[in-house]
Amino acid sequence: MNPDSEGVFFLTGKDFTNAGAASSNLKGILENKGVPQSIVRRACIAAFEAEMNLIIYAVAGMMRYYITTDMIKVVLQDMGPGIADIELAMKEGYSTAPDYIREMGFGSGMGLPNIKKNADKMSINSVAGEGTTLEFVIYLDQNANRNS
Amino acid sequence: MTLYEIKGILNARILARKDDMNVDIGRAYCADLMSDVLAFSITSSLLITGLTNTQVIRTAEVADIKAIVFVQNKRPDIETIALADGKKIPLLVTDFSMFDTCGKLYERGLRSRSGDTDF
Amino acid sequence: MKLRDLIENLSLEVKTPGANLDREVTGGYVSDLLSDVLGNAHEGFVWITLQVHLNVVAVASLKGLSGIILVNSRTPGEDTLKKALAEKIPIMTTPLPTFELVGRLYALGLRCR
Repeated sequence: MNPDSEGVFFLTGKDFTNAGAASSNLKGILENKGVPQSIVRRACIAAFEAEMNLIIYAVAGMMRYYITTDMIKVVLQDMGPGIADIELAMKEGYSTAPDYIREMGFGSGMGLPNIKKNADKMSINSVAGEGTTLEFVIYLDQNANRNS
Repeated sequence: MTLYEIKGILNARILARKDDMNVDIGRAYCADLMSDVLAFSITSSLLITGLTNTQVIRTAEVADIKAIVFVQNKRPDIETIALADGKKIPLLVTDFSMFDTCGKLYERGLRSRSGDTDF
Repeated sequence: MKLRDLIENLSLEVKTPGANLDREVTGGYVSDLLSDVLGNAHEGFVWITLQVHLNVVAVASLKGLSGIILVNSRTPGEDTLKKALAEKIPIMTTPLPTFELVGRLYALGLRCR
């Protein structure tokens, strides 16, 4: 892959003040590149949900983005604690969020499903005790490449 | 208005206590967060919510909530329904969103506070 | 209907000076769960919530919502307001509880579809 643009944001766990900043920055970057609004929206909603998941559950991590003429790819990697059961985590409504997180309006168990809904491709790998890598792709040419 | 009328307005299905549809409802309150449900400012009313856990049922009992409507087709599990049935709390579910559910009931005269026709 | 009309009709207090109130409101969404809004709200909807932390602004911005109405006289924090001004998201408040506010928005013709 030969990205025209790539970059990285470093994310700190439980840093709610800055939560969402990375996705917000990504939005600006995509808009500056002239990416169509509908794609920007999908990419940034997925990025936001992924970013919030990392901040809520992980110790720390990073969000890397790659922009080519064909696609936007975002990869989030964290340093743990990892997801015990990914299949369960992907289920709508399933959440391991503590109460204070739920009271902020997070942790309703829709984050991963929302990412899947907005992305053309998504993959998630995790080793309990070590960390999680989540990757999603959105194609710029929606007619050619969209998976059904 | 009665639960029967509410069921009609919301095209709702009954999940528990189907023989209690004649229960009269004077007020309605909507809440999405547990802390809101626990606020106890919602006594003797209809609770409109998307929260489907057993905690909601237990709170309903303590707060003297008369019935619960789940919005957006959100369904509690069998244990939760059984708990409500045992505690004599009718449960309804509607496909309408929280917004439209509140809108429709308000349109037919239901309010959060009894005795007020308008704020 | 424009945001301005809603504000006038319901005596909402605008907390973001200089915000664009001529935005067309296409419907309403009530939820205190952010992923719910991210998943289900439509562009141009006005969002009714009691959440006051700054992530509500990010969500409203990401979804292209026309504004945020805080119920029960909740007030946005300083950082929330700052972000709202920067992202050009109007924030309004009302003393009404959710049920009443939504009822009146519905009476004005707004829907969640």
